[in-house]
Amino acid sequence: MSELLERATKLLERVGGGEEMEVFLSRGVETEVQAYQGEIENLSSSSSAEIGIRILIDGPRGARVGTAYAGSLDDEAIAEAMSNARDNARFATEDEFVAFARPDGVAPVSLSLSDPGVAGTSMERKVNLALELEAMVRGGDARIRQVDAANYSDYLSDAAIVSTTGISASLERSGAFVSVEAIATDGEQDQTGWGLSVGRSPEDLSLASAAGDAIRRATRMLGAVKPPSFKGVAVFDPRTAATLWSIMGSALSGDAVVRGRSFFAGRLGEVVASSEVTLIDDPTDARHFAASPFDAEGLSSRRNELITEGRLRQFVYDTVAGRRAGTSSTGNAVRAGVSGSPSAGCRALQLVAGDYDQDEVLRRVGNGVFVESLTGVHSGVNPISGDFSVGITGLMIRDGVLAEPVREVTLASTLQRMLLDVVMVGNDVQWLPGTAAAQTLAIDGLALSGR
Amino acid sequence: MSDTLVPRETVQRVLNESMGRGADFAEVFVEDRSNSSASLDQRRIQELNSGRSRGAGVRVVVGETTGFAHTADLSEPGLLAAARAAAAVAREGRGGVRHAALETLRDHSSRAEISPSSVAKASKIEIMMRADEVARASAGAISQVQVALADSRRRFIVANSEGVFAGDDQVRTRFAVSCVAQGDGGMQTGYRPLAATRGFEILSADAVEDAARGAAQQALTKLSARPAPSGDLPVVLAGGSGGILFHEACGHGLEADAVLKQASVYAGKVGQRVASPLVTLVDDGTMGGEWGYFAVDDEGRPARRNVLIENGVLTDYMWDHLRARKEGRASSGNGRRQSYAHLPMVRMTNTYLLAGDADADEIVAQTPRGVYVAQLGGGQVNTATGDFVFGATAAFLIENGRITTPLRDCNLIGNGPEILQRVDAVATDFSMTPGTCGKDGQQVAVGCGQATMRLTGITIGGTAT
Repeated sequence: MSELLERATKLLERVGGGEEMEVFLSRGVETEVQAYQGEIENLSSSSSAEIGIRILIDGPRGARVGTAYAGSLDDEAIAEAMSNARDNARFATEDEFVAFARPDGVAPVSLSLSDPGVAGTSMERKVNLALELEAMVRGGDARIRQVDAANYSDYLSDAAIVSTTGISASLERSGAFVSVEAIATDGEQDQTGWGLSVGRSPEDLSLASAAGDAIRRATRMLGAVKPPSFKGVAVFDPRTAATLWSIMGSALSGDAVVRGRSFFAGRLGEVVASSEVTLIDDPTDARHFAASPFDAEGLSSRRNELITEGRLRQFVYDTVAGRRAGTSSTGNAVRAGVSGSPSAGCRALQLVAGDYDQDEVLRRVGNGVFVESLTGVHSGVNPISGDFSVGITGLMIRDGVLAEPVREVTLASTLQRMLLDVVMVGNDVQWLPGTAAAQTLAIDGLALSGR
Repeated sequence: MSDTLVPRETVQRVLNESMGRGADFAEVFVEDRSNSSASLDQRRIQELNSGRSRGAGVRVVVGETTGFAHTADLSEPGLLAAARAAAAVAREGRGGVRHAALETLRDHSSRAEISPSSVAKASKIEIMMRADEVARASAGAISQVQVALADSRRRFIVANSEGVFAGDDQVRTRFAVSCVAQGDGGMQTGYRPLAATRGFEILSADAVEDAARGAAQQALTKLSARPAPSGDLPVVLAGGSGGILFHEACGHGLEADAVLKQASVYAGKVGQRVASPLVTLVDDGTMGGEWGYFAVDDEGRPARRNVLIENGVLTDYMWDHLRARKEGRASSGNGRRQSYAHLPMVRMTNTYLLAGDADADEIVAQTPRGVYVAQLGGGQVNTATGDFVFGATAAFLIENGRITTPLRDCNLIGNGPEILQRVDAVATDFSMTPGTCGKDGQQVAVGCGQATMRLTGITIGGTAT
């Protein structure tokens, strides 16, 4: 048993009569380096420890839960959080569906998510990674006039979640990242591009691929124009496709569905997407950056197929949403750190790959727009109504190859329409940080608004 | 009072430890924050949540390099350890300052009249229940109502090697109603926030009921919405949330960190015409009670009212201490941080366009065809290219000078320097709106404001041709 798990378990002894208690402890160590003009601009090193407490009281018409958290594990902070959680519970409305998770017999997969490389790499080496990355981008192309951020960061974290209803799970993980943003100029126009590389250890990182991506994206946008409006095919690169899939994922939350806040509500078993789309949520797949043996309630992760060849097969649930919908948890509790409460959400989305690489997808599409970046996703996409309108930058596709760059345009459709209009899924999967891994994705019927 | 967070003598010793090896600048920031929140969904109080976080961040600057460390351990040994970690970058310290004499603490008290901590949880619940009732009573088509209520108290002291020693006590209250309306053609959403750097005095029965009715009405109106047009059209932005346009179109580009890195289209343009003569843009941290208000910024500098653009001419950028120091000038009171665990950077406070002298109704009447945006829902900008988007969450067609058909949600896209030239009318009906601004992973509370105004053209990201 890890030391943190032991500590969390010990805290459960403080449960009161007629209560259930859940304790979530988390600790982390982080390093962040930013390089600028050949020097270290910022170097941060930090450690943190947090606790989240939930207390449940059963009543005649259901259970009530109160929550509290603290940004420290000292005795006083923990006592204050416990007393607040207890008091807060008294004010919730009794709800027959509210409950804590109970072990459901699914065994956790064994995943190695923590790499000794993060702790074993010297600070000097980490600093050099950021400096080398910046130098690579500055020296990589004569048109790069500025690198306004070149960062290295990593973390080591340790979490434990236990409850009086039998949950006991703990997890260590590590991560290392480099990212860089470049500004290119052709003397008349500036364009930006960013690149990143992620892994569980500094050794997993590829500076060359992060630098190359930033340079390519910035320089090939030079000379971008605002094209005339049209309606047609948009090809999303894996990075922008991953953003689309994570939005689709939010509408597949069983909680959103059962509360009537998803356009998928009432559509189980129906064809909701083109037959090219088989969408899976699988946090047990070690290749996925979001992989984890447990969900945020401490239940074992499992593979869930959500859409099979276009047909809506199932939604994802945490304990409460599962009970509300008359089913059970699919191991899909997510929460925003110790301060949040669990809710139902997709955790590690991926698609069944198609047959073609990006070049072949472009060739087969023939004409359209290639999307390299999305803006305004939080302001122009509504996963309840399905309305979709975003700003993009990218390149026109003409005769099956990339042509002139375009800027200051929007793409619009509805999420419902876009799923049905998926033309092709590529075979070039990228395991990106975030909820979704993705391949190149071609969607028809999008309105591009330009000149 | 904030001076009880950590004794003055401890602050002094931690600062000395930070500069022990010689530094150009050192700073200690100690924060104690309490949050409480409650949510109502499907007529049930779902959850009350309380949180407390206390900690300190220490930064040490040597040459071009900043070392930073933070800790949740506010004991003297804990703070000294953070100071040593931050100072580790100063291992080649060039023997800069080694001792600071702190000024007398300049502390400030909160402006809250009704402190949220004095409000009984039962009263908070009553407010939420009332909003739910009012929203549902608007129409049977309202299928979902969510109400969120959150308040926070953030006390801090900040001390630095230049002798600055200041504190603030910031109480913020935020309330929001979200509605879903169900119609034959699907679901639509409505949203109304109320937020201020004040206490529960902002949640009068009238204000709460107005927000609930407004959110419900917005969702209901959108049930008959048709797809927004695609292409360039004149746009009239209603007062209040329209201020997000300026936040994105030029606010971020006027932050000195982007400017000094030549990553802003506004770099090198002070003294030049950058906007229509109708544009006078102000960033004002002193606007009492607004969502982006504070007494001192997170570097201990008093909040200020800064004119950024005057009658279309760029007058100045916004500055934090580090960027200002580089240029040998004073901070403009724009150094902000999400919490003790973050480094401060240049951030906006309350950013607004000064009102003009046109009549709001007249502006619409004199627009033969265009789009009227009643509420904006956020935006995003690339400061290096100036291209920005902002989302319309309540919009209508303008036909023959009249507001007509409601439109579905869409983004609008433009280029900052071009769009600023296209402001051709500004009315008198000024108002502010609260928002959350994200930059490099840090969220801070900001206000945006303007009166009704018109752009001669901007690209609308709809689907209808």
